[in-house]
Amino acid sequence: MSLVYAGVLSHAPGITGRADLVKNTEKRDEFYAALDKQRQEIEDSGAEALIVIAAEHFANFFMNNMPAYCIGIGDQYEGPIEDPAWLKIDKTKVPGAPNLATRLTKEVMKTVDTAYAEEWKFDHGIMVPLNFLTPRYDMPIIPVNINCQGPPLTPLNRAWEFGEALRRACDSVSEKVALVGTGGISHWPATPDSGKINEPWDREFLDSLMNQDKEALLRYTDEETYQEAGQGGFEIRTYITAAAAAKGQGDLQFYTGELPIFAVGCTVAKFSISG
Amino acid sequence: MSLYHLQKFLYELNRDDSVKEKFHKDLDALISQFELSTEESNALREGDIGLLYVLGVNGQILMHFAALLGIEWFDYLEMMREGINKYGPVRDGVYAMTGGGESFAEEGKER
Repeated sequence: MSLVYAGVLSHAPGITGRADLVKNTEKRDEFYAALDKQRQEIEDSGAEALIVIAAEHFANFFMNNMPAYCIGIGDQYEGPIEDPAWLKIDKTKVPGAPNLATRLTKEVMKTVDTAYAEEWKFDHGIMVPLNFLTPRYDMPIIPVNINCQGPPLTPLNRAWEFGEALRRACDSVSEKVALVGTGGISHWPATPDSGKINEPWDREFLDSLMNQDKEALLRYTDEETYQEAGQGGFEIRTYITAAAAAKGQGDLQFYTGELPIFAVGCTVAKFSISG
Repeated sequence: MSLYHLQKFLYELNRDDSVKEKFHKDLDALISQFELSTEESNALREGDIGLLYVLGVNGQILMHFAALLGIEWFDYLEMMREGINKYGPVRDGVYAMTGGGESFAEEGKER
């Protein structure tokens, strides 16, 4: 069994980009501390590579040729595509894990028709997590994307099956692999409603997620999610995939709806690896 | 009408430094490579964030474009609100304004 860590975290660009504008600095710093604890846990797991299951925002994939799922098998990536002064993250190179990623992709393909890519530019959706989890950019990264932006989107039950496939793939290799899912829960990013958060909706979703309540998780429809949790809520797919990969009970280490300037309910959680 | 091409323009621009260079050096030549309406071309030339938002440009694409233009976060949110006041509700896509145009972040209310 070589999946050694599984968790989820938020990735909104304001988390780094608007850090200096935050009034509730106490809550902000609690959030940063939780992210740093997650970094420590990943390091302590002995992971040799980190899979980041992201919901990218048109850095690589567009409606001319949109994969539902894609796995990065390149040897090096670059990011962020955004103005570094805006995101407050410098442009950098990030090492990939081509050999391992290719073997994982082959295994995933036994049950899920994932696309793969040797080129991949990271946007805030991956750069913000890496800024906290691998701040020296020295951990080989395997980017994984689930299309959460350009409908039609993959159904939630397929996102779950994709997580199971990733788990089987991780268990088929000898390397120690860590995995994080990164997305938003309820949020309306990049609209005038940015900062709106439906905390009861978030808490109910996270409760189901932490308890591996597959039935409840797969019951959400995109129509309901759009109404209650905004278009940003489509990103729950990344969390569902991470939970399906982990199979074990979750531990919600941090959640707050009190940092609306970050435009998302800020979340850090880990799962036990079981099954 | 050609929202797809408008978004394609911004997608290429946001992710590719060589396209950014063309954007700054010869915008008309760059625009001519895409099938855009006059309204769309003008919105790009003028950096009319409000109109681009109302036309239905996906917010993630538009957010990156606003960052490229050096627009501060709360100014960007306000430009989208002004676009709605001027041009009416968002015409396409999933990034419509669902609230009443208020600021949801305390930090944005004091401006």
